[in-house]
Amino acid sequence: MFSMKLHEYQAKQLFASAQIPVPRGRVAQLAEEAASAYTALKQACGNPDPFVCNVKAQVHAGGRGKAGGILIAKSAQEATAHARQLLSRRLVTAQTGPEGLPVSAVLLEERLALARELYLALTLDRFDASPMLLASHLGGMDIEAVAVSQPKALIREPVAIDAGPTPAVSARLAAALGCSDEQGETLARVLAGLWQLFLRCDAALIEVNPLVITEEKRLVALDAKMTLDDNALFRHPELAALRDERQEHPLELEAARIGISYVGLSGNIGCLVNGAGLAMATNDIITLAGGEPANFLDVGGGANVEQVTKAFGIILRDSRVNAILVNIFGGIMRCDWIAQGLLNASQALQVKVPVVVRLQGTNVEEGRRLLRQSQGLKLVSADELAEAAHKAVELAR
Amino acid sequence: MSILVGNDTRVLVQGITGQAGAFHTEKMLEYGTRVVGGVTPGKRGQLVHGVPVFNTVREAAEATGANASVIFVPARFACDAILEAIDAQVALIVVITEGIPTLDMVRVRKRLGPPAQRPSAGQTGLPIRLIGPNCPGLTTPGVCKLGIMPGYIHAPGGIGVLSRSGTLTYDAVYQLTQAGLGQSTCIGIGGDPVLGSSFVDLLKLLEQDSQTEAVVLIGEIGVTEEEEAASFIRAHMRKPVFAFVAGRMAPREKRMGHAGAIIAGGRGTAAEKIETLRQAGVTVIDSPAAIGQTVKTALGALRNPKAARVG
Repeated sequence: MFSMKLHEYQAKQLFASAQIPVPRGRVAQLAEEAASAYTALKQACGNPDPFVCNVKAQVHAGGRGKAGGILIAKSAQEATAHARQLLSRRLVTAQTGPEGLPVSAVLLEERLALARELYLALTLDRFDASPMLLASHLGGMDIEAVAVSQPKALIREPVAIDAGPTPAVSARLAAALGCSDEQGETLARVLAGLWQLFLRCDAALIEVNPLVITEEKRLVALDAKMTLDDNALFRHPELAALRDERQEHPLELEAARIGISYVGLSGNIGCLVNGAGLAMATNDIITLAGGEPANFLDVGGGANVEQVTKAFGIILRDSRVNAILVNIFGGIMRCDWIAQGLLNASQALQVKVPVVVRLQGTNVEEGRRLLRQSQGLKLVSADELAEAAHKAVELAR
Repeated sequence: MSILVGNDTRVLVQGITGQAGAFHTEKMLEYGTRVVGGVTPGKRGQLVHGVPVFNTVREAAEATGANASVIFVPARFACDAILEAIDAQVALIVVITEGIPTLDMVRVRKRLGPPAQRPSAGQTGLPIRLIGPNCPGLTTPGVCKLGIMPGYIHAPGGIGVLSRSGTLTYDAVYQLTQAGLGQSTCIGIGGDPVLGSSFVDLLKLLEQDSQTEAVVLIGEIGVTEEEEAASFIRAHMRKPVFAFVAGRMAPREKRMGHAGAIIAGGRGTAAEKIETLRQAGVTVIDSPAAIGQTVKTALGALRNPKAARVG
């Protein structure tokens, strides 16, 4: 996976550690913890009576408010009831797809009186290979829609990797966002905090939507989204430990654990390919031939017999698959390893669906020889990609 | 001629004592590449397939006159290895390593600076050029291979190949070879978000290269490499350009293996890329299996318009 997502409550704990103001809050992983979380939060807020707080579902997706994932509690009993309701079901939002995501925890949080909502994010401009601050006075909205409908309302400020946000950048953003002098000073601290987190966590994205100005004129990060660069997690074991595997697709997760890149799709032709580009091209040619791929699967450049065997297992766990297309161009990957993996898998998994195999490249003759000797496997070989795709589409019908 | 690598390329392998480094050193030597030295800290004096190993890039470059380096160093040490090669003023640095943290590459690009102000390489005085990371490398067929591409798929000729993929490049190159079309230089630019060289950087070189008659571009969904290439092609290229863009069937917001292959915010879809490339005069090929034949037919028609009309 390219980036690991954090939950809102995890990101806010990091925000707080970087002196970025966040609302007071308490987390409950279980419904039974909600009442004490409510009481503790009430106390932290100075024991107002009645005390009203938000109960926010923690899932790796946005659009929670509209999907009923943010509820209001006026008592410990109500907090418990809301927590029980949210934690017991999958939340379907505009960003999750119809299957939704399980709610891993709830965040109880004080409610603030908002005067204005702003948008602030720090990410990477790939083309210029530079970190980039994005800001808008139109916070609390779908920022991609804002970028399209009102491009001038989205300010971009590149940040030098060795310098961070300069006072001049802070001043320009403060002016563009309509901050008072005092809020401008807080904004500068927020920017410094975001920058510190960006570097310290190897973040791919930090997004605050909205960053609010309260009626008391305070600047507070009302929401927090962070994704981290997977490739850098080796130097952040404490952050890697925050991974919530419940939020990930089970087959994709299982594949990732053995170094295979798998994405489930909606068709019935399973695909096993080496290399991401070739795997996408294989899905394309299946579609051109009138079929529908069941998955994208890249076994990687240096896969071994065991990984190939496991990759077959993952493809076959999808019950819709009624034909498999194997497309290998051997470079580092040797065709005879693929063939051996295929044979192992067919024995171990009792592969009943037809398998179309197209092998090219390193040790291709040895690979084809192994497959010719196979027994009990419905094997169809093809030398060319187009031919292989047509055969797979026919067999899947 | 060809671009970037030729007869005078003298190659260092950083990470030569590792499994991948040693294996591909042997393959590069078999192909005829002049691998003159290897670098692994603390392993000075060893030989890998007859190639002497040094402790540092500077030491290796001084002893061997190397002007290129291929990096196989593991991801967590790759940033230092690249910076070491830049500091030693190696003219061409090719990074095969996959999984380098993005911010490390941001730091590398910062050290390289904008193209106009890049540090120049020791002997040539030309700016240092970086290819990759997460790439298969580059090959000038019959002459020199830097990286992990299988050698036998290539044949010398006039087609320049640029690609963001690995195995899909092999497939495309092999199709060209089987169709009787050799290649001038084949380059995989890499699949990571932050790269040393873009399609545009290399299209400039291929347009100027006398051996290159036409260019095949292998793109994929995500980021805006192909869109940038299209505006360059429209404004500056006279040679015919062909393209295939992988990932037309990819669902939005799903990552397809490469960090780069994300469809983000309405930009970077295959349909958008294909349309932009077509408008720039590029011949876009629909099927990944038709790359060789399409280029052959189109170039045949260009060379011999009458025969094409009759046929």
